Amino acid sequence: MSDWDVSRRGFLQTTALTSGGFAFAQFVDRHGALAAEPEAAPSESAPARQRVTLQVNRTSHELTLDPRTTLLDALREHIGLTGAKKGCDMGACGACTVHLDGKRVVSCLTLAASAEGRRITTIEGLAEGDELHPMQAAFVEHDGFQCGYCTPGQIMSAVALVGEGRAASDDSIREFMSGNLCRCGAYPNIVAAIKSVAGGRA
Amino acid sequence: MYPFTYVRGDDRQAAVALAAEPGTEFLAGGTDMLQLLKDEVRRPRRLVEITSLSGMSEISSGPQGLRLGALARMADVADHPAVRDEYPVISQALLASASPQVRNMATIGGNLLQRTRCAYFRDTAMPCNRREPGSGCSAIDGENRLHAVLGGSDHCIATHASDLAVALVACDAVVVVTGPSGEQRIKLEDLHLLPGETPEKETVLQPGDLITAVEVPPLAFARRSLYRKVRDRASFEFALAAAAVALDIDGGTIRQARVALGGVGTKPWRSHEAEKALTGAKLETASFEKAAAAALAAARPLHQNGFKIILAQRTLIRALLTVGA
Ligand SMILES: Cc1cc2nc3c(=O)[nH]c(=O)nc-3n(C[C@H](O)[C@H](O)[C@H](O)COP(=O)(O)OP(=O)(O)OC[C@H]3O[C@@H](n4cnc5c(N)ncnc54)[C@H](O)[C@@H]3O)c2cc1C
Ligand code: SF4
Ligand code: FES
Ligand code: FES
Repeated sequence: MSDWDVSRRGFLQTTALTSGGFAFAQFVDRHGALAAEPEAAPSESAPARQRVTLQVNRTSHELTLDPRTTLLDALREHIGLTGAKKGCDMGACGACTVHLDGKRVVSCLTLAASAEGRRITTIEGLAEGDELHPMQAAFVEHDGFQCGYCTPGQIMSAVALVGEGRAASDDSIREFMSGNLCRCGAYPNIVAAIKSVAGGRA
Repeated sequence: MYPFTYVRGDDRQAAVALAAEPGTEFLAGGTDMLQLLKDEVRRPRRLVEITSLSGMSEISSGPQGLRLGALARMADVADHPAVRDEYPVISQALLASASPQVRNMATIGGNLLQRTRCAYFRDTAMPCNRREPGSGCSAIDGENRLHAVLGGSDHCIATHASDLAVALVACDAVVVVTGPSGEQRIKLEDLHLLPGETPEKETVLQPGDLITAVEVPPLAFARRSLYRKVRDRASFEFALAAAAVALDIDGGTIRQARVALGGVGTKPWRSHEAEKALTGAKLETASFEKAAAAALAAARPLHQNGFKIILAQRTLIRALLTVGA
C-alpha cells in the first residue's frame, strides 16, 4: 500500500463524512464505499449502523457499519486491508477473492455482517512473516502477472484450488480458475505457477 | 443500494414470520441478491439472513432418494459422492454453473429462486414488465439474442437462468416449503410460473415461504444421465442452450427417458414431448433427432434468437448420443 493510496483514501472518507453533499454521497454509494451516512430514500430515516466483529487473518476487528457494507468494502475502507481488489463489484471477475472458513468466495457479493463469526483470510494473511506463501513465490517465479491488479484474487483462488484437488491437469486448472479474469492475459504463466506448486505437493 | 436493516434468523418460524412482513426478504448466499441490491432492482427494507438456520444444510441419500438442504452450497452438492454417482446430471449442472467462488457461496434454495439475467430486467432505466408491471417489455423488439424461444408471452420472454433447476426438473424433484400457513411440498415443475400476462409473478411461493429442502425421488437410471451446456465462452457463463437427459436402456431400446432444456425456456423446461418420442424408441440417432424436433416444436423465435432452436436441438441430440453410447 503506497502512502498516496493511504492519504487518498483518508481524504475520500473525511470529505464524505463532512460534506454529505448529494452528488458526492451518490458517488460513494455507487462505488459501494459507504463511508458516508447513507443517502436514504426520501422520507425514510437511514437504518441504524450495526456493530460487526470480523476475524481477519487471526485478528479481530470491531466495526460499526452501515448494513449495506460488503465484506470487500469493510476490508478495504474500514480495516485498511487493500489487497483484495474491486474489479467488477458484481461477482464476475474474482479480483476480490478471499477465503471464508478456508473456502474461496467473492467478497464483493458478501455482506460484512454475513461474515461475522467466520474465519476470513486475505492475501495479507498468506505469508508467514517475511516468508512468502509458496503460491506467492510461484507467481513471482513464473511471472504470473503484469499489472498485478487481479493477482491477489488469482493467488487466493489458486491456493484454494490446490486444496480442492483441482490441479491435476492444465485443463482442470483453467476450468477451476475461470472465476478469476486477467485483463493482461497472464493466464499461461498463472497456470504454470499453480502447476509448480501442485507438483511440489504431490 | 437503498438502505435496509439486517437481521440474522436463528429460528425457522421466527424467520418465516419476519419475512412474511412487507418489505422483507430472505438472504442466503447473497450472490443474486447483492447484485440486484446494487443495481437497485430490489429494494427490501429488511433482510433476514437464513444461512444461520440449523438443519437446512445437510445432503443425504438413501432408499427414499436424495435430500438436499436448501442451504447446502452448490459446491458441496456438486462434490457429494451420492450426487456424483447416482445423479451425475445434477453434479454436472452445478459444476457448469457460475465460478468456484460463487459455488462456494450460493445455496440450492437461492439458486432455484435466482432472477432472470435479462439485461433490461437489471437496468432500472428501461421498461420491463417483470420488474415494473405494465411498463412494457424492452426485449421483444430489442436485444433478445439470449432470450427464450419456449414459454414466452407478449409480455415477457426472459430465460430462466438456473442450470441446477433444469437438472432437478428432469429428475422430478420436489421442493419442501415452510410458510406462515405450514409446510407444503411442491413439484419443482410447478414452482415456476410461465410469464403469461403477469411476468412479475415468478413462482407460486407467497411472502414468508421458506424453501427448506429439495427432494429427488429414487431414479435408478439417473446413473446414466448427463448435463450438456453450450455457452458463448468455454466456462463461467450462462447457457445459450443446455440439455439434461437420463436414459433407461434395455438392449437397443429406450425404456424410459428424462429430458429437460435450459437456456431456451422462460422456466426450467421439462420436455414431456421429447420423452414421449423416446419412450420405446430404438437407441439410434434418428430417434434422438425426432425427440429434439418434438422438444422444440412449439418454439417461437424472435428477431435475434432463432439460432437457439437449432442449437438446442443439436445440444439435446449430442447429450442423448453421449449418454446412450
Ligand atoms: C457471476 C455469477 C455467475 C453466475 N453464473 C451462473 C450460471 O452459469 N448458472 C446458474 O445456474 N447460475 C449462475 N449464477 C447464479 C447463481 O447460481 C445464483 O446467484 C445463486 O445460486 C443464488 O443463490 P444464493 O444462495 O446466493 O441466493 P441469494 O442471492 O441469497 O437469494 C436469491 C433469492 O432467493 C431467495 N431465497 C434464498 N434462499 C431461500 C430459501 N431457502 N427460501 C426462500 N427464499 C430463498 C432470496 O430471498 C432471494 O430472493 C451466477 C451468479 C453470479 C454472481
Ligand atoms: S423479457 Fe421479461 S424481464 Fe426482459 S425486459 Fe421483457 S419483461 Fe422484462
Ligand atoms: S470485484 Fe468481486 S468479483 Fe469482481
Ligand atoms: S495482471 Fe493485470 S489484470 Fe491480471
